[in-house]
Amino acid sequence: MSEEFKIEIVNPEKSFLVKDDVLEVVIPAFEGEMGILKDHISIISFLKPGILKILSKSGDESFYVEDGIVEFKNNNLSILTSTIYKLTDLDKSKQQNLLKLAEEEANKQDINDQSRYLIDQKIDVLKSLN
Amino acid sequence: MASLDDLKKRIASVKSTQKITKAMKMVAAAKLRRAQESAEKGRPYSEKMNNIILNLSSGISDKENAPKLLSGSGNDKVHLCVVMTSDRGLCGGFNSNIIKKAKNYFAKLAKDGKELKIITVGSKGNDQLKRAYGDKIIANISFKESKHANYFDADKVGKMVIEKFGAEEFDVCTIFYNQFKNVITQIPQAQQIIPLNVENSEEEKSEDRYEFEPDEDEILSNLLPKNISTQIFKAMLENSASEQGSRMSAMDNATRNAGEMVDKLTIEYNRSRQAAITKELIEIISGAESL
Repeated sequence: MSEEFKIEIVNPEKSFLVKDDVLEVVIPAFEGEMGILKDHISIISFLKPGILKILSKSGDESFYVEDGIVEFKNNNLSILTSTIYKLTDLDKSKQQNLLKLAEEEANKQDINDQSRYLIDQKIDVLKSLN
Repeated sequence: MASLDDLKKRIASVKSTQKITKAMKMVAAAKLRRAQESAEKGRPYSEKMNNIILNLSSGISDKENAPKLLSGSGNDKVHLCVVMTSDRGLCGGFNSNIIKKAKNYFAKLAKDGKELKIITVGSKGNDQLKRAYGDKIIANISFKESKHANYFDADKVGKMVIEKFGAEEFDVCTIFYNQFKNVITQIPQAQQIIPLNVENSEEEKSEDRYEFEPDEDEILSNLLPKNISTQIFKAMLENSASEQGSRMSAMDNATRNAGEMVDKLTIEYNRSRQAAITKELIEIISGAESL
């Protein structure tokens, strides 16, 4: 029996990635990293900024995501995200840009604890990419 | 009767107008294709989002404590209307159709004694509404700089709406936009986004239970603001496709009308040229006869 399942990543502008030979996906879920294999129970969760890893037969890929919602059902993994970059496409200057934006956001006084947590997370991830 | 010279000038000017409208039509056609493509590409996102929300809200246990974005603030007094129009003119009835729809709705609200607040997106809507409803407009947003409808812009509008809802500035929010059906038909739409209308669609009754991490309420309260932005983005995409479609057919008509006008003027020009020649001949002949 095959151990593969299907993944679809959608952002508001287009369908970002579709693959149907995925073996495992590691997602930065809100309450910690989560690995998803075939026949996982149906789940809905959302993402925090982090690295999304896709391990598939046709090669492994990593993406940087800022937010999103994950739905897994009948061996279909859907990820809705507004900001996603393939790690290999994310060069230094882009990364610095994102980091600068995040730091500006973090310096604002009037944000609540949850968004502060998310922004700190974002900064940590972006720094760790260096 | 206009002189030959005048006619010639008019023909030339109508012809150059025709050239302009023709070029605008081509540009609109090219842009329309792109806009349509991105509207189609954007559809899976909003559909999936809708599905997840449907699943979530049907699974939510206690309706009393449901997030306010879903259940509403409990009042129905202040209505916020987001009227989305284009930034450019010359697109037929595109803007006025939205405005007409919105104005009807405003009149109904006024009759029911509700308070009205307006946010206009796109400068054309602002121009048309500010005379009658200037005091009601609380914000005007325009994305003249961005070439295509993008999510970032939609998110800005969405955040603003949510912020105002959080500050209890309104109870119900409705967006107005044109839904793209085909090049000649665009349907003005009024869609309520706060509180969210969860239609209990019969065909999509998911029996399987989901695991939620964290719990439903938290996911839902995180998801709903995103959904607002998504809905606004969808409206923006539909709107931009509609705008180009509407402009294309308007410019097509204009080109055809200009062609008819050129034909008419050319006939008139030829007639009067002929008349002048005939007149000259008569003069020559009668001059020769009198000798």
